[in-house]
Amino acid sequence: MSAGAVLRAVVVVFVAAMLQTVIVSSLVVGGGAPDVLLVVVVALGLVRGAVPGAVFGFLGGLVVDVLTLDTMGISSLVLTLAGFWAGRYGETTGRDRRYAPVIAVGAITLLAGLFGFVLHYMLGEEVVARHALVTALLPAFVLNLALALPIQALVRWAVGEGAHIDSSPELEVLGVR
Amino acid sequence: MTVRRISTTTAPSRGANPLRRRLIVGVLVLLSLVLISVSFRSGEDSPLTSLQSAGSTVLRPFAVGFERVAQPFRDAYSWADSLVDAQSEAERLRAENRDLLQRSIQSEFALQENDYLRRLLRYLDGPRFPSDFNPVAAEVIGRPGIAFTQAIVVAAGSSNGVRVNDPVVTADGLVGRVTRVTPDTARIQLLTDEEAAVSAVDLRTSAQGIVRHARGTRETLVLDRVRKQDRVKVGDQIVTAGWSASGLSSLYPKGIPIGKVTSVGQTDTDLFQQVQIDPFVDFGSLDAVLVLVPTVRPR
Repeated sequence: MSAGAVLRAVVVVFVAAMLQTVIVSSLVVGGGAPDVLLVVVVALGLVRGAVPGAVFGFLGGLVVDVLTLDTMGISSLVLTLAGFWAGRYGETTGRDRRYAPVIAVGAITLLAGLFGFVLHYMLGEEVVARHALVTALLPAFVLNLALALPIQALVRWAVGEGAHIDSSPELEVLGVR
Repeated sequence: MTVRRISTTTAPSRGANPLRRRLIVGVLVLLSLVLISVSFRSGEDSPLTSLQSAGSTVLRPFAVGFERVAQPFRDAYSWADSLVDAQSEAERLRAENRDLLQRSIQSEFALQENDYLRRLLRYLDGPRFPSDFNPVAAEVIGRPGIAFTQAIVVAAGSSNGVRVNDPVVTADGLVGRVTRVTPDTARIQLLTDEEAAVSAVDLRTSAQGIVRHARGTRETLVLDRVRKQDRVKVGDQIVTAGWSASGLSSLYPKGIPIGKVTSVGQTDTDLFQQVQIDPFVDFGSLDAVLVLVPTVRPR
């Protein structure tokens, strides 16, 4: 990634983290709130690849943990893995699929919710499974899906793709004897 | 047929060495786990706490800026939300009722104190009064994810005199207590959090109990451990008990409104009544709160 792209990605992640913490998490619809930062990290993973996805996920998580005075590292861990998996999906089976952002955001929202619940449970915090995995997660799933394509387009516009992805076949016919 | 493999152009990280990619992600995951371990095991004494405090101080202006910019949109959202819920009329009545409610609670409590408590408690350590506290107004600047915790972050911290366990209120009633403090920010555990519990009393019957979060719901509270012989009724007002005994005292001052009883039930097998409370505070639309800082802190 060029220095300019890195800088733009940092700004995008920082703004997403601030928006998520200050505004979006209080916009509760049907018992849950969207996770803009998660969607942005997934979009970055899809657009720029697994390593940038993981790195920017880690940074975004750090900002959230610092802002919310939460246990440091929890959001970083969840978003690192989210960015990495989104990147790997984009590099392999999700490549050139039109609805890859929707599929990735949907799957990763559910996995991140489940993983976050397990992490909080393992740290001895009282978390009600029904609330974390149903009441809050399902509306968040729907809202994140709704945000997937617009945010993907926004991230692609802001950060750009590293290079043109050639979707041509890897084998070329030279001639028939 | 002759074929030839042609090269494809890929994004830089797409062509990244798998070993390098795994190494970077492994390092990030390991770093996250180290952060979690250090932060969790050391608690408030963690070396990360000062780092987090510094980071929070640096980010606070951004959070406040975002909050200011977002406020009109948040207000618009709240307004639309209240329209959907047909609460616009209720909002006007609620504001009108707020003053009356406060006066009613204070008068009734003062009356009860005059009649019973002052005489009975004359020989005991007196309960703490709100007059022992100085209010610190604080703007809400952050909300952690709602799936796992019910908390807010406010723009006031130890530099304003705020300490861990200080009670937090609004004009409507009790909000919660401070659980973490940095020089400029503080994290407030809301009353609706799974781990929150407050000693409370029914204003009409003086029935004692503990207000907790009702499992499976977002903003409903229960008054737990109420004896069956106490005649709690729907509509009764629940306030903080503010007990004090043997040198120990409740974190919360006496008489702060918590909520109104919406249902009372009991079964033959239960030891206590099941009392459900609708909180006076709307925890979903907190914009600013008052942190009650004790004028004299117990050593």
